[in-house]
Amino acid sequence: MTAALSKHFKTVVGKPWIWAFAGAFAVWAATVLYTGGTGAGQILSAALSFATFSVIVGMGQMYVITLGPGNVDLSIPATMTFAGAVSMKIMETQDIMILPGLVIALLCGLTVGVFNYGLIRTLRIPPIIATLSSSFLVQSCAIAYGRGLKIKPPELLAEFTTAKIAGVPLLAICVIALAAVMSVVLHRTVFGRSVLAIGQNSRAAELAGVKVNFIRLATYAQSGVLAALCGYLLAGFSGGASLNMGAEYLLASIAVVVIGGTSVAGGFANLPGLWGAALFMFLLVTMLNTFGLSAGIRLLLTGVIIVGVITLAGGRRN
Amino acid sequence: MEPFVTLDGVGKNYGAVQALQHVDLQILAGQALGIVGHNGAGKSTLISILAGAQSPSDGKLTFQESGTSLPGYKVDQAQAHGIRCVFQELSLCPNLTVAENARILHPAIKGIGWKARARTLISEKLDEVFPGHGINPDDEVGDLSIAKRQMVEIARAFTRVESPIHLIILDEPTSSLDAIIAQQLLKHLRGFVDQGGACILISHLLEEILQSSDRVVVMRDGGIVDDRAARDFDRAKLVEAMGSVAKEHGNSGKTAKQRSTDSQPLVSIRPAQQGDTRRLQAYSGEIVGLAGLSGHGQTDALVDIYLEKRRDGQSPQKAVPMALVAGDRQVDGVFPLWSIGMNIVIGSMRQLTRSGLIDPEAEARLCKDWREKIAIRTPDMNNNILSLSGGNQQKALFARALASDAEIILMDDPMRGVDIGTKQEVYEMIREEAGLGRTFLWYTTEMDELEHCDHVYVFRNGAIVADLSGDEVTEQRVLQASFEESTDAQERSA
Repeated sequence: MTAALSKHFKTVVGKPWIWAFAGAFAVWAATVLYTGGTGAGQILSAALSFATFSVIVGMGQMYVITLGPGNVDLSIPATMTFAGAVSMKIMETQDIMILPGLVIALLCGLTVGVFNYGLIRTLRIPPIIATLSSSFLVQSCAIAYGRGLKIKPPELLAEFTTAKIAGVPLLAICVIALAAVMSVVLHRTVFGRSVLAIGQNSRAAELAGVKVNFIRLATYAQSGVLAALCGYLLAGFSGGASLNMGAEYLLASIAVVVIGGTSVAGGFANLPGLWGAALFMFLLVTMLNTFGLSAGIRLLLTGVIIVGVITLAGGRRN
Repeated sequence: MEPFVTLDGVGKNYGAVQALQHVDLQILAGQALGIVGHNGAGKSTLISILAGAQSPSDGKLTFQESGTSLPGYKVDQAQAHGIRCVFQELSLCPNLTVAENARILHPAIKGIGWKARARTLISEKLDEVFPGHGINPDDEVGDLSIAKRQMVEIARAFTRVESPIHLIILDEPTSSLDAIIAQQLLKHLRGFVDQGGACILISHLLEEILQSSDRVVVMRDGGIVDDRAARDFDRAKLVEAMGSVAKEHGNSGKTAKQRSTDSQPLVSIRPAQQGDTRRLQAYSGEIVGLAGLSGHGQTDALVDIYLEKRRDGQSPQKAVPMALVAGDRQVDGVFPLWSIGMNIVIGSMRQLTRSGLIDPEAEARLCKDWREKIAIRTPDMNNNILSLSGGNQQKALFARALASDAEIILMDDPMRGVDIGTKQEVYEMIREEAGLGRTFLWYTTEMDELEHCDHVYVFRNGAIVADLSGDEVTEQRVLQASFEESTDAQERSA
């Protein structure tokens, strides 16, 4: 009985994503203790709302990072802004245009993703440089297309993105479902297995019959599409697109991947960790704000705590 | 002869797996000790313990010279006692040059001019052991062929700066070397032993063991089952002692398939360095051998075929599914984070996909089938691939290729470090599959294996220099073609 229990305990502790959830729970508990129990529910609800957006871009980034050392998508913020601005302009606040707007937004993301991989593959530019430079181009497009800014989202879209069912944001439920789908894609499809194989040893993957270039193209394209989806939804959620709406999602997309227990060296990834890490990041900031600490101390503690969680999770893995 | 080191009841277990049990062994100075045994018999574990890379679970090591047995025996102590190892998995840093790799072994080389000294040290040793090696000490190791890397690794083990070398351990040193270079090594080894050095030689090539060692130890299931002077053994006795199920057979007496001139080849390419119009061709159901000295373009030819490069007007239009069995398994084959099962399944993902998803039951079935068919020694196919011994990892790579729907299977000297029993099983399987219509292209450095081929192309300097079929495939013809420039002329005039 105890042996079975301890084995069960070991398999749970062995999961790399458990530390992100443990961290999230710990900071939430600390906050609630500090406030004496008030606002426990609201904090969780808000955390779910905001974590949703980090998780959407984090999923794309996770697949890219899993391709192996050097792979990263830095064009996520620009893609979000661009897709948000273009779709708001296309929809012109009309509910009937919600779906066409979504399709256009996703096409924007797809284009950026394919363009990124074009730079990486045909010009042999390292991904970090390729996606960074393309992000300047995309951001410029968004600025040039500035007419899409300051346009309110269609009412129905705004309602959908802010709707809650019994305190749980509707969007969060959808993205949890999406993450579940992406988890199945990662572990049970040819595409997902190929991504994991390339991340471990791309030459062996090629010699085992994996279409390495096509899979990498698809992964960068997927990251672009997810960034666009995030931009579209975030514009709906926050009452319109703005030029710096994606800014904080560059680091967030990478942080949730790493804190979530995905290997930075590639070849090993998990989806639940993204949620744990996204909640942790939001709740951490909430906690430090609740404590009423000064801005300097808040930043300091944020850094220290993130390093702590990564060390804990990483240490267990080895 | 003086014992150099004595092992008393040394054992090692990895969790529930007993890799080595209660081994008593004396290693004598001035004696070449051969160790043979199946994959997973405990040979590699035994030498890792001697090298200090792993500590034994129980038992002790006693060094004659210092008279001490060491608890917490580590690599640096092994070094201090003059033990040098050449491991089966090469231990050079691929991003460093040959000279820099030599320096890693010798912390004493330091200060201004260290690089020049390291360069001289390794060059001299390479010249001494492998005359005419063609390796520049400034070459980056990653750019060298596997044979040259092995040569560097061996020469490095023989280099000496301060402390003397007492024991050299060679684990499958010749598996990626061709016959001539292997002879150079064995000759050098003999010289070292005659001067009072001790040496341990592990090899699956029984002739090599019988020829080069003074004493032979046979291991089975983690223990020593026989220990005698080499002259008391012969090939048959060794095989028997290893408990090999291998059927020793001479020439199989098969008749080579005749190529019909009107059918279309499945593969037809001209190798990159080919000056004339000779082509590498394979017809359906054939076993085609690629022979010649190692590193003469055979692997490149296979990879070109696999990646569908170098196709031209004469190549068949239709590409058929192919699979490749890697020889350099760490670089070209294994996915280190995955289980044995997932490493096999990656070759057949598409066939196992039902409505977009890989069917876990079909996956488990495939793993179970192949574990039995090819006898992979593991309690659980969900264990990590690296939990297997080298030979068993290679079996998993075979299973990956054979389980796939590939019609053509390309093999890049895949039998390196595989024991004789497994080899016989795999040969059998290859023949069977060829009978069912699969086509094999098989690069090998071992003469015995060429006897299984219907057709053999001999490579030299990246080009085909001889094209033998059926009865023409003899060791003499192959060696002749591999070495002699004049063969070209003869072939052409004939």
